[in-house]
Amino acid sequence: MIRSLPTGRFYRFGYTAYVSLFYLFLFSPLVITCILAFNDSNFPGLPWEGFTLDWFFADEEHRTGIFHDDRNLNATWISLQTAVAVAFLSLIIGTMAAFLFEQEQFRFKQALFFLALTPLVIPGVILGISLLLASNSAGLFFENNLGIDFEILRPSFGLVVLGQMSFISTFVMLVVSARLKKFDTSLEDAALNLGATRPQVIRYITIPYLKPALIGAGSVAFLMSFENFNTTLFLVGSDTTLPISLYLQVRDGSTPLINAISFVLIISTSVLALVNLLVSQKKID
Amino acid sequence: MAGRLTLYIFLAPVLLWLFLLIVLPHIDLFFISLQAENDMGDMVWSLSNYEAFFTEKIYWLTFLRTAVYAILTTILTFLITFPIAFYITKVVSLRVSGFFTILLLVPFWVSELVRIYGWMILLRESGVFNHYLMQLGLIDKPIEMLYNDISMIMGLVYTSMLFMVVPLISSLEGLDDGLIEAAYDLGASKIVIIWKIVIPYIMPGITSGSIVVFMLTLGNYLTPNLMGGKNSLWFTEQIYNQFIASFNWNQGAAFGFLLLILSTLIIWIGLKVTRQNLSRALS
Amino acid sequence: MPNDLEVENLVRNFAAFRAVDNVNFEVEQGSFFSILGPSGCGKTTLLRMIAGFLEPNSGDIRIRNESVLGVPPNLRPVNLIFQHLSLFPMMDVKENISFGLKRRKIAQPEVDKKVNSILQRVGLPDYGTKKINQLSGGQKQRVAIARALVLEPSILLLDEPLGALDLKLREQMKIELKKLQQDVGTTFVYITHDQSEALVMSDQVAVMNKGAFEQIDTPKNLYTHPGTGFIASFIGENNEFDAQVTSTDPFKVKLDLGHEYFARAMTPLAEGANCKLYIRPESIVINPPTDEKINTFKVVVKNVLFDGANTKLLALIENTSREIMTALPQDKRFDYIKPGDKLDVGVFIDACTCY
Repeated sequence: MIRSLPTGRFYRFGYTAYVSLFYLFLFSPLVITCILAFNDSNFPGLPWEGFTLDWFFADEEHRTGIFHDDRNLNATWISLQTAVAVAFLSLIIGTMAAFLFEQEQFRFKQALFFLALTPLVIPGVILGISLLLASNSAGLFFENNLGIDFEILRPSFGLVVLGQMSFISTFVMLVVSARLKKFDTSLEDAALNLGATRPQVIRYITIPYLKPALIGAGSVAFLMSFENFNTTLFLVGSDTTLPISLYLQVRDGSTPLINAISFVLIISTSVLALVNLLVSQKKID
Repeated sequence: MAGRLTLYIFLAPVLLWLFLLIVLPHIDLFFISLQAENDMGDMVWSLSNYEAFFTEKIYWLTFLRTAVYAILTTILTFLITFPIAFYITKVVSLRVSGFFTILLLVPFWVSELVRIYGWMILLRESGVFNHYLMQLGLIDKPIEMLYNDISMIMGLVYTSMLFMVVPLISSLEGLDDGLIEAAYDLGASKIVIIWKIVIPYIMPGITSGSIVVFMLTLGNYLTPNLMGGKNSLWFTEQIYNQFIASFNWNQGAAFGFLLLILSTLIIWIGLKVTRQNLSRALS
Repeated sequence: MPNDLEVENLVRNFAAFRAVDNVNFEVEQGSFFSILGPSGCGKTTLLRMIAGFLEPNSGDIRIRNESVLGVPPNLRPVNLIFQHLSLFPMMDVKENISFGLKRRKIAQPEVDKKVNSILQRVGLPDYGTKKINQLSGGQKQRVAIARALVLEPSILLLDEPLGALDLKLREQMKIELKKLQQDVGTTFVYITHDQSEALVMSDQVAVMNKGAFEQIDTPKNLYTHPGTGFIASFIGENNEFDAQVTSTDPFKVKLDLGHEYFARAMTPLAEGANCKLYIRPESIVINPPTDEKINTFKVVVKNVLFDGANTKLLALIENTSREIMTALPQDKRFDYIKPGDKLDVGVFIDACTCY
C-alpha cells in the first residue's frame, strides 16, 4: 500500500507493471518522433531507411533541412519574440497582481481576485475570439470617429501578445502569490524599522526573496506563450507563430522536417524544464 | 499617504489588464452575438444566432457531444493519473520519487502539437504500429487507428494528464502517512483506505485538477482536429468555422458565448458538489 | 498474572545499521510498560515491529503466547496510538471511533453502543458529532485512545503521544493516561524520550540505548539503583565526575581534582581503573553531621537557582572551577545563603555511585 505497509507480491507486481506502462504511454510518441527525425526517408514513418542528418542540414530541391527552411525559421523567430514579450509583460502584471492581492487591503478585493482567476477557466479559444471582436470593434470606432487606424487592433503581433498575456498573467500571479504567502512579513517590518522606504523594502528584501518564483514563473510564461495555439489562432496576422505554422503543415501532410523541428523543440524544452525544476526546487526549499 | 500610493501603483495595471483584456472583450462578445444582418444587409439586434444554434441539429448535437466527451475525458484522466500520483508520493522510495516526478513533468513542457504529432506517426494507417503489426503478421493490411473517437479521447487524456497529476501529487504530499497506517491498523482494507481516507483528503486537489482538465478539453481545438479527423465534431471547430471559413462573426460569437456558459456552469456545479470554491481550488 | 507480550532476541537492521539489537522483555497483563530512550535509540523501530509495520530480521514476538511474526498489522490484536495521533480530519469523532468497528462488519446498533460507552469512559460523552479540528489537544488525545480501545486490543501501543502537547497539558495528561489505563485494564506499551512521563505512569520501565535495553525495572529502582552510567546520567539529574579507583576495600576513588572520596562500586572495578562518579543533587547535604559514612568538602556558592520546590544551588568546589549542583530545600533553614558564601557540604557514601 504505502512504503511502511507490507504488500502482497502480486499486488506489487501489478502496480509496477501499471506504472511502467504509463511511462511507456507517456514517452512513446516523443521518442518515436525524435527517432524518425533521423530516418533517411521522405516520409515520417517506418521502415528505417538509414541514418541521415538531411532533415537538419540539407539544402536541396526536394529536401530542405530545418536550418535552411525560411518558413519555419521565420515562424520560430516570431514565436521567440512573442514569448519574450509575453513573459516580460505577464511577469510585471502578474507580480503586481500578486502584491496587490497578498499585501494590500481594499474594497471589492475578493471580487477582483475572483475576476483575476477567471482567465484560467475561460477556454483559450474564447479569450481569442473575444479579444479579436473587441479589438475589431475598437478599431472601427477609432477609424470612424477619429480617423486614426491603430495597427495593433488588427490581427497582428501585438494582439497575439495581448491575448496570451491576458491569461498567462494569472499563472504568474498564482506562482508569485504562493511564494509571497510564505514570506515572513516581519522582515519587511524590520527593514522599514531600520529606515528603508517602502520601494526600497521591495527592491532589497521582497524581490530577492521572490527571485526563484520569478524565474520559475518567467520560464513557464515563456513556454506557455511559445507553445500557445488556441488563443493565438484567432489573433495571428500574416506573421504566423511556430505552433500555427506547424499545425498547417501537419494538417496538409507531413515530412520528416516536422520531426526534426519537434526533435529540437523536445530537446530544448526538456533542458529548459529540467533547469527550471532543479533551480526552483533547490531555491525554494 | 505612502500606503495608498503603492496600492494604486499595484491596482492600476491589474485593473487595465482585467478590464481591457478580459471584461470588455467578453461584454463585446455578448453584444456581437446578439446582432445579425437583416435582409437589407444592416446590423440589427437579433436573437437569430441563438435560434440557429437550437434549430440546427448539428450545432447543438456537437455542443452536447463536446460536453459529454469533455466530462468523460476528465474522469478518465483522473482514473489514469491517480495511481501514478499515489505511486510517486506514497509507494516508491523517497530517493527516486523526485526523479519519477521530473520524468513525469518534462514531457508536458513540450508543445501539445509535437505530442499529438507523435501520436499521429504512431497510429495512422502508414504509422509505426501498423508497420510492426504487419511485420509480425498479425494483420494483412493496415488499419486506420487514427481519426476516431477513441483515438481522440486518448489524445485529449494524454494532453491534459499533467493538469490532473500535479494537483493530485501536491495534495497527496500533504496526506500524513500516519492516517493511512492508522486506518490499516484499525483493520481497513486497501479499498476502504482509498475510498474513506485518501479520496476525501485529496478532494480539493481532485477538484482543481478536474476544473482545469475539463476547461482545457472543452476548449481544445488541436487534438480533436488532428486526431478526430474530419468527423470529430468538436464545438471549437464550429467556432473556428464561423470565424475563419464562413466569416460569420456574429454566429461565432454566439457559439463562443454558449461555450463560455457551458464551461462556467459545469465548473460551478463541480465546485458546489464538492463544496469547494474557485479561489481555493486554483491557488 | 500471565504475560501479554513477550519479545525474544529481537534484531532489526537497516542496511549496515543495527537499529534494534537483541532485545528481550516481557510485559505482564494489565500493566503499564514504558520504553524510555533518547531519540534515535531504536524505540520507534521496536514499537513498529510489535505493531507489525516492520518485520524483524531475527527473534520472536509473542502476543498472549502466540507468535505474530508475519501477521500483518491489521490482523494483530494490538492497536497503535500514533505520534501525531492520526485522527481522520474528514470524519467527526464518532466516525473516527466507529471506523475500526465498521471494518469488522459490526452491526450499527452495536457500533453506536460501543462508541457511546467508550466516549463515556474517556470522559467525552457529548463529543460524538464534533469535528476533529474543533477539539483541544487533550481531547484529541482521548479520542485517539478511544478509537483504539473500542477495538478491545490485547495491547495498546503508544508512540510518544504526549510529545505535541504543551507542558501544562502534558502534566495533566500523564495522570489521566495512568488513570485511564488502570480503569480499562488494558496492557499499555508506551514509548517516550521523556523520563518523567515514563517514571510517573509506568509499572515497569525499560531504558533503551543504541538499540539495546540497558535495564528493565520499576521507576523507583531505576532512579535509586541505576544499573549503568548511562542510566545514572539519563534518569534524573546527576553530577558527573571523572575518577580513578584508589582502593577497593574500602572502596575509594580519587577525583581528577585531587579529592578522594569513599564510594560505592556499581560494577566490578579494579584498583587503578578509570571510572565515573555520580552524585545526585538531592543527596548532597548542607552543613553535614559528623559521621564517618559521609564525604565532606567545601564549596563556594555561585548562584541560587530558585525554582520552588526544585530550587538548586550552583556552587564551585573550593579551589577549583568545577561546578556542582546541590538541592536547596525550601524550608527556610537555608534562606541566608547568598552567592559568594562558603559552605560545608557532605554526601553519604551510599549516594556516591561509581560505574
